Amino acid sequence: MPDGGIGAPTKRREDTRFLTGRGKYTDDFTPQNTSYCAFARSQVANGKIKSIDTSAAAAMPGVLAIFTGEDFVEVGGNPAGWAIVSRDGEPMKEPKRPVLAHGKVRHVGDAYAAVIADTLEEAMDAVEAIEADIEELDAVVDMASAVANSGTLVHDEIGTNTCFDWGWIEDNRAATDEAIKKAPHVTTLELINNRLVPNALEPRCSIGEYDPGTGDYKLTTTSQNPHLSRLLISAFVLGIPENKLTVLAPDVGGGFGSKIYHYGEEALVLAAAKKLGRPVKWTATRTEAFLSDAHGRDHVTKIELACEKDGTFIAFRTETMANVGAYLSNFSTATPTFLHGTLMAGNYTVPNVYVNVKAVFTNTAPVDAYRGAGRPEATYSLERVIDKCARELGMDPVEIRRKNFIKKDQYPYASAAGLEYDSGNYDALMDGLEKTADFAGFEARRAESAKQGKLRGLGINAYIEACGIAPSNLVGILGARVGLYDAATVRVNPTGNISVMVGAHSHGQGHETAFPQIVADMLGVDPETIDIVHGDTSKIPFGMGTYGSRSLAVCGSAVFRATEKIIVKATAIAAHMLEDEPDNIDFSDGVFSIAGTNKSVGFGDVALKAYIPHEYPIEGLEPGLEETAFYDPANFTYPSGAYASEVEVDPETGKVTICSMVALDDFGVVVNPMIVTGQVEGGLAQGIGQALLENSVYDDNGQLLSGSLMDYAMPRADDLPSFVVDHSHATRCNHNPIGSKGCGEAGAIGSPPTIVNAVVDALARGGHDVDHIDMPVSPSRVWAAMNK
Amino acid sequence: MYDFDLVIPSSVADAASAMKADGAQALGGGQTLLPTMKQRLAAPEVLVKLSDLAEMVGVSAASGILRVGGATTHAQVAEEGAAYPALAALAGNIGDPAVRNRGTIGGSIANNDPAACYPAGALGSGATIITDRREIAADDFFTDLFETALDEGEIITAVNFPIPDAANYQKFDQPASRFALVGVFVARFGDAVRVAVTGASNGGVFRWSVAEEALSADFSASAVEGLAVNAGDMISDLHGSAAYRAHLIGVLTRRAVQSC
Repeated sequence: MPDGGIGAPTKRREDTRFLTGRGKYTDDFTPQNTSYCAFARSQVANGKIKSIDTSAAAAMPGVLAIFTGEDFVEVGGNPAGWAIVSRDGEPMKEPKRPVLAHGKVRHVGDAYAAVIADTLEEAMDAVEAIEADIEELDAVVDMASAVANSGTLVHDEIGTNTCFDWGWIEDNRAATDEAIKKAPHVTTLELINNRLVPNALEPRCSIGEYDPGTGDYKLTTTSQNPHLSRLLISAFVLGIPENKLTVLAPDVGGGFGSKIYHYGEEALVLAAAKKLGRPVKWTATRTEAFLSDAHGRDHVTKIELACEKDGTFIAFRTETMANVGAYLSNFSTATPTFLHGTLMAGNYTVPNVYVNVKAVFTNTAPVDAYRGAGRPEATYSLERVIDKCARELGMDPVEIRRKNFIKKDQYPYASAAGLEYDSGNYDALMDGLEKTADFAGFEARRAESAKQGKLRGLGINAYIEACGIAPSNLVGILGARVGLYDAATVRVNPTGNISVMVGAHSHGQGHETAFPQIVADMLGVDPETIDIVHGDTSKIPFGMGTYGSRSLAVCGSAVFRATEKIIVKATAIAAHMLEDEPDNIDFSDGVFSIAGTNKSVGFGDVALKAYIPHEYPIEGLEPGLEETAFYDPANFTYPSGAYASEVEVDPETGKVTICSMVALDDFGVVVNPMIVTGQVEGGLAQGIGQALLENSVYDDNGQLLSGSLMDYAMPRADDLPSFVVDHSHATRCNHNPIGSKGCGEAGAIGSPPTIVNAVVDALARGGHDVDHIDMPVSPSRVWAAMNK
Repeated sequence: MYDFDLVIPSSVADAASAMKADGAQALGGGQTLLPTMKQRLAAPEVLVKLSDLAEMVGVSAASGILRVGGATTHAQVAEEGAAYPALAALAGNIGDPAVRNRGTIGGSIANNDPAACYPAGALGSGATIITDRREIAADDFFTDLFETALDEGEIITAVNFPIPDAANYQKFDQPASRFALVGVFVARFGDAVRVAVTGASNGGVFRWSVAEEALSADFSASAVEGLAVNAGDMISDLHGSAAYRAHLIGVLTRRAVQSC
């Protein structure tokens, strides 16, 4: 194997440009003659658009065009990607999501007009001159009131604020109810999974271009999956043929889910570019990001855990209201259902699981997948109620989990929530956690904290998640409107270096370093001779992009399969060159050879022969050395982990300080451990942000109170401890060729319940009767809980 | 940001006459004003830049007074304010390095943000605010939220801080902005004690006179045990209730006394 293959902690080659200011993000592109777009956005959460007078604005200097919702009545809506069927068999409600609001505005920040001008300042000035007569209506904000349909509706035409009322698995409902009724012990917990604003460092940005000479469109945009954006724009919204539309997602400064989706601004700049014959650019302000990016989480949940007196789990029953905001974002219906309900058995051999989810329209920004997407919500509910149950039963939180863990010899394991887990070893992770986090030394550390007047607590968590959502056949039955494969083309160039075109999109994940490690490992070549091409629909095969920790498990597997095809063809060429049969050719470390002889030929010579096919068996073998593979996984992958954290609570102020955070994860085979550690650490920071700091809050009128970084608390370095990250306790994924499971979201899934469990533990040990505090566990909330 | 004219005066006198223009606005370090203008929430027609006026920059100590020029940055006060350690520490914990290298004491005090640190330092020290026209006692200067005794066009040229025998500032961060959710500045001059509170009150920075009396009689943390401000006057928002803020005032006052 060459240096830098699978398992090597190779430094990220992309960091050279990122760390020296040479990254090229969408806003760094300014095509010749670019014009600028600014949006008029609603100041009210719910309002009837009575009139929009653009005449004064249109007469202002530099103004080129003004669009309102009226201009897009004939085009399609931005669709939901997953159809959910309610318990009563009714399909979910899908009100149209227009490019610009028409008739009504439905959340603060809902765009109802757009101005294109020669300069951004002129566009902004003209936006202020638009006279919109919008009659403010009562806002629907609180989910419980929304579900009751007692007042206003977000979408009058569907007659309800409930998008769907989903049961999983509906056939298990009666048995679960019965089991809970008869159980010797039932623990109930009501909790809120707080609403989050993704806050990628780079705000969204889109540039539309149109070439009247060819009729070709180009959209340069901040996207995690350019092919999906192209498909949605082409097939659903604007109807531009896919072959006439290139979508380019260059360097993207963070997505965390919020850039998976197609947004109306992208369609707007394309339509405007066509109308004006000039490039049109829009760059979101941070305020626009707060108001119009898809938010995350926002569940209100009641969970019940039924068990024997000895802590053996009998049933989990969950009732959740999930906020979808004012419109259905592309994966907003999949997130609280198939990415949440299916995980509600956790790591446990519980026989009965039932989940009911009501998705609710409100006059707030759309809510969709955000780092973890449904799985953090599932893990948080489950691992909080298990902790509460252990406390009620007087059991150790480690012991109650171990008692119910699926054991390592039980795989494949069919969970009571409908998934088949292929591999794992939760006891080994917990064994490792006990040692690494030094549970034995906790009491001494607690005593030391007590001397300083601080309450110390220890929180643990065991999580399982599901990555690389698949297979397409199954998700199709469950309502997905897309396939969930990915694709890669491996192109060996004549001089032997290699270009790999991938459907995944790197916006922080390090694909440019990690994917070449796979190819290098298989071909026995130097990874420095391999480059990745991504983010440009005119160059790459049709892939589904990057989200849900799928890139390595799905697209990496496509890279693996394409490379296998390269080896097969190269072997045939080598056999011809060595005058033998392919079956007799061995390939290792980049050399084709015939066993027992000194006959061999290197990979580079074979590549050259493929492109200069002199003395070549052209009748039976095509020239060239380029292969494409589409990989559709047989199952999800199931990363799992065991986390521990110790916190100190200042009993006078309620302030929580995280003393330690230990994360043991099973990601299967790790291609680049350094990148994986970085992914986990980033996830931990975001999970700790959710647990302690972040909260997106609307008031009763639907105004976003936490609408800027002055009120929305992002985690900073000094909010975080030094992390201990260990992914050595790995079990191989049994159904993909690399054996990898996915690591992008784990930290954000495993850390919130760990932190909250630790805070509740600290308070309980300090003699306070507190069994739950909703996130973010801010100083004021902790103090209020201690002084209720 | 809307268009505006920028005036760069060469003296305080020049600045004062430039401030007479219609729609003129003094520009200190711009750490509040410029973001507000970028969001089009403020639209001054003329900005008068004070930050490079040499006569308004600098820190000096003499006769028990620390004099800070009105255009002196927080970073410079943190660096050069050793004669008044509590004030230097306060300045060194405002915002982040970028803010401290731009933001000025005059800008902060003139803006009188109800959660800013300097108003507590000035009021707690019994400072004198010196302008191009007069001297104003801190007790008379901070009149209400974002309101001061400054007249139209008046420029803060310096702030004189009497250096106390002991002082300490305790700041409890608002988690997002890292302004003070509550900040308490305690200063002892002989037997006289001043306690100024920022971040907490609907009326902006204020002196906690009950605590001052108790501490003047007995300068110990136990002297303020059991004392409480009226929560009814306190701010209640996303980050803390009025009751929580009132409680923190007591906690931070005790801690400040202990740290003196």
